[in-house]
Amino acid sequence: MILASGGSCHQFTGGRTEFDVEATTFRRLILELEQKYPGLGKQIEESMAVAVDGEIFQDAYLAELKPGSEIVLIPKIGGG
Amino acid sequence: MAKSYVSTTINGESAEYLCEPQQTLLDVLRDVVGLTGSKEGCASGDCGACSVLLDGTLVCSCLVLGVEAEGKSILTVEGVAQGDKLHPVQQKFLEHAALQCGFCTPGLIVASKALLDSNPNPTETEIRYWLAGNLCRCTGYDKIVRAVQDAGAVMRGETV
Amino acid sequence: MNYIDSNLKVVGTRPIRPDGVDKVTGRAIYAADTRASGMLWGKILRSPHAHARIVSIDTSKAEKLAGVRAVVTSADFPNIASEEAFVGEGPMNFRDLSANIMARGKALYEGHAVAAVAATTQAIAEDALALIDVKYEVLPHVIDVDEAMADNAPVLHDDMFTSGVTPKPAKASNIAKVVTFKKGDVEAGFKTAEVIVEGTYTTKPVHQAYIEPHACLATYGSDGQITIHSSSQGHFMVRAYTAKLLGMDIANIRCTPAEIGGGFGGKTLVYLEPVAVALSRKTGKSVKMQMTREEVFRGSGPTSGASMDVKIGAKKDGTIVAVNQILKFQAGAFAGSPIGPGCMCGLALYDIEHINVVGYDVVSNRPKVAAYRAPGAPITSFAIESALDELADKLGMDPLTLREKNAARNGSKTHYGVTHSNIGFEQVLAAVKTHPHWKTPVKTGQARGLACGFWFNIGGESSANVHINEDGSVSAATGSPDVGGSRASMGMMVAEVLGISVDKVRTTVADTASIGFTFLTGGSRVTFATGMAVTQAAEKVVDELKKRAAMIWEIQADAVEWRDGKAFPAGSNAGAFEPLDLAAIALKAGRTGGPINAEVSVNAQGAGAGFGAHICDVSVDKETGAVTIERYTAIQDVGKAIHPSYVEGQIQGGAVQGIGWALNEEYIYNDKGQMENPGFLDYRCPVASDIPMIEAVLVEVPNPRHPFGARGVGEVPIVPPMAAIGNAIRRATGVSMPHLPMSPPTILAALSAAGK
Repeated sequence: MILASGGSCHQFTGGRTEFDVEATTFRRLILELEQKYPGLGKQIEESMAVAVDGEIFQDAYLAELKPGSEIVLIPKIGGG
Repeated sequence: MAKSYVSTTINGESAEYLCEPQQTLLDVLRDVVGLTGSKEGCASGDCGACSVLLDGTLVCSCLVLGVEAEGKSILTVEGVAQGDKLHPVQQKFLEHAALQCGFCTPGLIVASKALLDSNPNPTETEIRYWLAGNLCRCTGYDKIVRAVQDAGAVMRGETV
Repeated sequence: MNYIDSNLKVVGTRPIRPDGVDKVTGRAIYAADTRASGMLWGKILRSPHAHARIVSIDTSKAEKLAGVRAVVTSADFPNIASEEAFVGEGPMNFRDLSANIMARGKALYEGHAVAAVAATTQAIAEDALALIDVKYEVLPHVIDVDEAMADNAPVLHDDMFTSGVTPKPAKASNIAKVVTFKKGDVEAGFKTAEVIVEGTYTTKPVHQAYIEPHACLATYGSDGQITIHSSSQGHFMVRAYTAKLLGMDIANIRCTPAEIGGGFGGKTLVYLEPVAVALSRKTGKSVKMQMTREEVFRGSGPTSGASMDVKIGAKKDGTIVAVNQILKFQAGAFAGSPIGPGCMCGLALYDIEHINVVGYDVVSNRPKVAAYRAPGAPITSFAIESALDELADKLGMDPLTLREKNAARNGSKTHYGVTHSNIGFEQVLAAVKTHPHWKTPVKTGQARGLACGFWFNIGGESSANVHINEDGSVSAATGSPDVGGSRASMGMMVAEVLGISVDKVRTTVADTASIGFTFLTGGSRVTFATGMAVTQAAEKVVDELKKRAAMIWEIQADAVEWRDGKAFPAGSNAGAFEPLDLAAIALKAGRTGGPINAEVSVNAQGAGAGFGAHICDVSVDKETGAVTIERYTAIQDVGKAIHPSYVEGQIQGGAVQGIGWALNEEYIYNDKGQMENPGFLDYRCPVASDIPMIEAVLVEVPNPRHPFGARGVGEVPIVPPMAAIGNAIRRATGVSMPHLPMSPPTILAALSAAGK
């Protein structure tokens, strides 16, 4: 599973923007990332949305992750 | 401060009120008389949301003092429809979706009616300049201008 | 269920909106129209200084004035810890919002609230403000974004250390955050470029300028129960912020949505409500507050102004190979500009191999920005779409062809990592190509500009319910405030699913105690997300109606078919029964199981992105610098227009707001950091005589995630106008227009600098 991070994630990851993480749910993914890069999980929960295979989820706990899913973290999107 | 007694006609019926000398007609209508259809968007005569007719003349009621209405006739948006029959301007605003939030609508209804009363067949340019004192931030004016054109046609008996 | 390919009878028509008559007759109740018995009037004292330490506040004289009932300052509000809030739109921190509604320690902009009074009349409340003695220590201030980033700039927050950079800075600054987006290798990309354009672009903060000033009426009961009537884009948002800022339970606050007189993003946060509740708590009376227009300008949020650098490299055939973009966005006095979308939206329209975008979120001494229609996108697209036009010229290429050649398609991967799917940008560009406006030669003395725009659109949490009344008529309610006719589109979707005419459905906006949580109206989400909820609620009701018919007929529910508002036996095997309409089933509802209704809450995902393209013809008076918009066409993929008139209205209104942003609107500051044009006379929004008809062209590429294929439509139309107009002016004058607004003085200065 590839995870490319955009926005302000890389401050937690020492600049890395792509990772492989084993997870079948988004919740598990956050926990794994928090363990690898302390602070990143919180950052994602508070201010990030996620795109799974191209589709944006503002709240992605329910997003189903398939083997090989492309997960992209982006800043949460509001609107006017 | 002593209040003044004012005797007027509002929407065709005689009305009396007490107001302070510095109180605007808009504040009197909204806070004393209880007609809240006229809106305050700026209180400086720039937005037109408080437009009313004073003896048939289109004014911003925020720029008129309550005491100035003594002996005069006031028409507010509440008096534009005849009972449950909407004025053609009101009906066409609805049909053309010429309102979104609706806050500027009372002023635009009054201003448009005043235009068509004095100029039954205005050009697009005449409509746009007449309504230039009524700000609308939602619609981009397109559907408002079309509604006024269409209402004019109804009032001239050319269409329904 | 999905109705995209169905034969629709209601969706796509243009019925009169259910709240229409109230709004043309003056009966509709907006926040300022509300009253409560024995109510007091609240007024806010605002800082005259752009940046000042509050040394002391003496309220004793004000409190002694006859008619004054209470004065509050920040001491009356809990001191809240830093915590990210996603209650409203965009990033907001509860601590910052608390300090924004009532200054704590420092006043950070002219107009920042420092105290509030409740009195028996507005006049007394205003008199009392003058009696509050605030001692300020005036500090150096900074307004401009580039100046705020300078090393020697006055620092607003001594605990703000730029996030997003490694190592963490040792010194506090006005740069709250740096965000970066990278795709490919931009250095290598530029090496393959044959043509390069570069530019620096600036935009000014502009206000949403809704005609209705913020207003509310709040009552605090001695049992701790609170009611609030206010004008906002989300009464659940008002409830959540008020509870948090006052340290109260959400269940004790009931918010009723008044009609809202425009928001455009500016009513996605609170200014007055917590203050009114605090005053009500202190006085035991209801408190009404309404801002003046001047307060709206000085004290509520505009959108960011920005300074941007763009560099674009392309092959001679027009293929864009690399883009570098730097964006510096003003956040106002507290962190949280729309820098994220700013970094993402400008280049989301194009399939480009190498991209590097860096964004800065910068605080300065001006009101905290609030969301404004597609927050961030119009700003970034002004830079990108202007630079693209220069690139087209340099390549000797038609600006439409350049865009067609690089347009994002399904499967295009953006620089922020998302892969586009089910988008309609190509269809929008095709519609430009065949539109009479584009095909008509430009008139003598005029010039034509083209620009495009993108917005994500969002979904999120929404609740809706549908009730079949005792007589078979239908009531539907949602938790989404109606800013532009959404009651109509909600009712239409219900009517379509139930197979009845739209006038049999009455749609209302329910208060926070009467319906499930619903995120605010913004991000172009209501027709999509709340539409999904209301459609599903109607479907549940249909299932129930079929069950009830089956009971009446003593057959299986799956042997009942629902069409045209009636239950029919499904085929001859089901039996020969006369169809039952809503009234017939409703009549027996009690005997067949009780009231027939359904409430559905969703967290809608998969809002389809929106794309638009605007064509604009202008003429420029080179003597005065005045620009006339001669013809304007706005083309947009709307997915499926539920009520086409209100979809067109969104596009026309958004375009005209963009025209104002392009040509006139700006905050003018004096050297003390005070705004000099806080009124509609000097802050010049477009009026009817400034504008031609705006032709809105609806392209419909259905969004498969919405039952009827709808996409959000409200935000895209404000994205293209600035560049479309700027490009037209550049072609008319031969001079680039990289600075907004392109007001007569700006244009005259640009012409003079170019020796024209």
